[in-house]
Amino acid sequence: MVTLFAVFLLTLLVLTAIAVVQTKNLFVAVMLMGIFSLLMATVFFILDAADVALTEAAVGAGISTMLFLATLALTGEHEKPSKKGPWISGLVVAITSLILIDATFEQPYLGDPMAPVQQHVAPWYLEMTPELMDFPNVVTAVLASFRGYDTLGEVFVVLTACIGVLFILSAGPGAPNPKSPRIPTAPSVGLRHHLIPRVVGKLLIPFIVLFGLYVQFHGEYSPGGGFQAGAIIAAGMILYALLEGEKQALKVLPQSVLIGMVVGGAMLYGMVGVVGMLMGGNFLDYSVLSSNPVSGQQIGILIIEIGVGLAVCGALLAIFHAFAARRSVG
Amino acid sequence: MSIYQHLPALQVVVPMLIAPLVVLMRGRGLAWAMATATSMMAFIIAVSLTNIVLETGAVSYAMGSWQAPYGIELRVTAFSALLLLIVTAASTITLLFGKQSIDSQLEEHRQPMFYAAWLLVLAGLVGIVVAGDAFNIFVFMEVSSLASYILIAAGPNRKAMPSVFKYLIMGTIGATFYLIGVGLIYMMTGTLNLADMEVRLQEVQDIKPIIVAAGFITVGLALKAAVFPLHVWLPNSYTYAPHMVTAFFAACATKVSLFVLLRFEFLVFHQNLVEHVGHFSTFLIPLAVIGILLASGVALFESHLKRLLAYSSIAQVGYILLGASMATASGLTAGIIHMFNHALAKGALFFAIACLATQVSSLRLENLGGVARKMPWTMAAFVIGGLSLVGIPGTAGFISKWLLISAVLEKGTLGIFLVVAVLVSSLMAAVYFWRIVEVAYFGDAPKQSAELHEAPKWMLLGTWFVALANIYYGLNPSLPLLLSNQAAASLLGQLP
Repeated sequence: MVTLFAVFLLTLLVLTAIAVVQTKNLFVAVMLMGIFSLLMATVFFILDAADVALTEAAVGAGISTMLFLATLALTGEHEKPSKKGPWISGLVVAITSLILIDATFEQPYLGDPMAPVQQHVAPWYLEMTPELMDFPNVVTAVLASFRGYDTLGEVFVVLTACIGVLFILSAGPGAPNPKSPRIPTAPSVGLRHHLIPRVVGKLLIPFIVLFGLYVQFHGEYSPGGGFQAGAIIAAGMILYALLEGEKQALKVLPQSVLIGMVVGGAMLYGMVGVVGMLMGGNFLDYSVLSSNPVSGQQIGILIIEIGVGLAVCGALLAIFHAFAARRSVG
Repeated sequence: MSIYQHLPALQVVVPMLIAPLVVLMRGRGLAWAMATATSMMAFIIAVSLTNIVLETGAVSYAMGSWQAPYGIELRVTAFSALLLLIVTAASTITLLFGKQSIDSQLEEHRQPMFYAAWLLVLAGLVGIVVAGDAFNIFVFMEVSSLASYILIAAGPNRKAMPSVFKYLIMGTIGATFYLIGVGLIYMMTGTLNLADMEVRLQEVQDIKPIIVAAGFITVGLALKAAVFPLHVWLPNSYTYAPHMVTAFFAACATKVSLFVLLRFEFLVFHQNLVEHVGHFSTFLIPLAVIGILLASGVALFESHLKRLLAYSSIAQVGYILLGASMATASGLTAGIIHMFNHALAKGALFFAIACLATQVSSLRLENLGGVARKMPWTMAAFVIGGLSLVGIPGTAGFISKWLLISAVLEKGTLGIFLVVAVLVSSLMAAVYFWRIVEVAYFGDAPKQSAELHEAPKWMLLGTWFVALANIYYGLNPSLPLLLSNQAAASLLGQLP
């Protein structure tokens, strides 16, 4: 039954992808991309990758759709007709896919207990996590501690992306005036005059934020963690901005606070590593943070997850506001 | 634990953690000062790491105290030490001496983010170089690529945006290909640590996914390294980036991708795939040769100075690859030392161009008539850089050309053809440099050239520093030679 459902989902996934490429209307493409991400999240869930599914749903289906729409508000929704035919790119894509499909014929079967992936480091993680960390979610243990350095890198990817968007949008004819960057040029009142979305939406916001906090602090026991929580809380704040208008949202959380969140979150994560170093361990060694290595690990993971959550939430909101503050050109 | 044991981690962590603070720096020159000081610190760390590696051999560092393959390993070898020196020195010198150039091309209020992105590029590149883990390389590749798009987008010309967008798409495809390859290897071995991968690949029975992985990783990294014919993103990115960014990237960005490529080819694939050495050579020698000749040919007819040198960079990537694709100790040494020497030559050339750009309005050849009479110091440094690139004895470029030709000659008849190709392209390089020199020294000045002056002293100092380094390392190449020899030996370590 699950196999049948998975095949059905994957077929839909391919169809959606083709539709995204085919459509000339960018608004339609964005909506289809949202559907694609949601389908993808379901596929991840079927593969028992609940953490990834949560991320994909929050970031892929939620926030990126919002950001795409914010961009479309500036550029218009019609694709510029392309002069070149799609033949060469189509050919390259076809050959690449065929090679990949060919490679899959010799891959181990899905869920095969004898597959190399199940034999080498994975059993060690499964066995050692309860002993070393004393909590059940192995994904969080790998992400935050065993491979915490990669996660630190990913937080800096988020920081870089945020810097990049703010930097690029600060140039050119549509740039917000550097002297008064807080006031958006277009009068934005959001959906203030629409009673029903406003009442219903406002009711939702506290629950979204609460759920975000749950995902943040329960990451060691159930799927979730800083990345997902940051995205969910950011989604709640964006909803607020849509309902009450850009200006009001920036009054609650001004752009400088958001940048402070990104910088502070990234620094918080990095400083945990440095403190580990100063206390006699290697960089990002949490065991030395407390006299008991297990609680040291737990403290370290708690703090770095807060750092991740702050950085992701701040970055997504800062990017959203940067788009919204820019005047449409032409 | 002494601080020396933490150096591999500090090499990455210092620029990475200071970058977010630079975003917050307001006030004149504060962001620049902080970025420059950080970059200098990174250079000092790189020098001490090199010393340690030369004394005691490769250094390993377990991130979070988790031993590989369960945790992430950092690994500094002679090869990485050489790359660390190139990257940190390029960043430090361009930052230290390039402030005036950057100030003239970028508004003050946008500078803090620019310098933060600069440090992130630095952290990303050194992060790739010290990484001992395939996925970790990907993470830092993302940091460095994203940040380099920001730096290129800072170019004052409107055309910087479309060219950076092209680079972004290409770079993302390259990174994705690399990730697909790493994913396939992980599927077949269950490990991400490079050294562990090397061992576990030997037990893999079904070899097809590994072959496909080798293909994806090679193509992905070749795209990032601008290997012909995957170079199309490079000329415009280099042309429209701010001058100092071009000098920084031309010295080190593509080389870091080549470094990863060589590590994968020689350490991971060569022992485990039958005939891989043969495939690698037959596939890459033609690409390298065509790349060298074609890119030099385009440079012959290009009249924009920066784009001309960008095409020359593509040809130089070909030289490095040609040396490496010999798959012999001498060939690899030649390729690797050319990474160092090319960084010196291109650094000097792009620095000189930045000096020129402070005075002339356009860097097209027809606009530069007689410029050497007004700016003799700038043009003299440019000529030294050019001589080094062509490979005149007494300059750094000569060392790599010499080693390359002697390595290629070991290959018999094929070698003679390759030598001819190298000589022809060196002649072409001489011709396109002569075109510039002829215009600059003997050309007639354009009408409104009266107000031309010599470039700012501080920038000139930087240019001459790099130019003289070309001569120093041409006469005394013992350090880069030692490191390249050790790097080649370790890459070939287990080959028969």
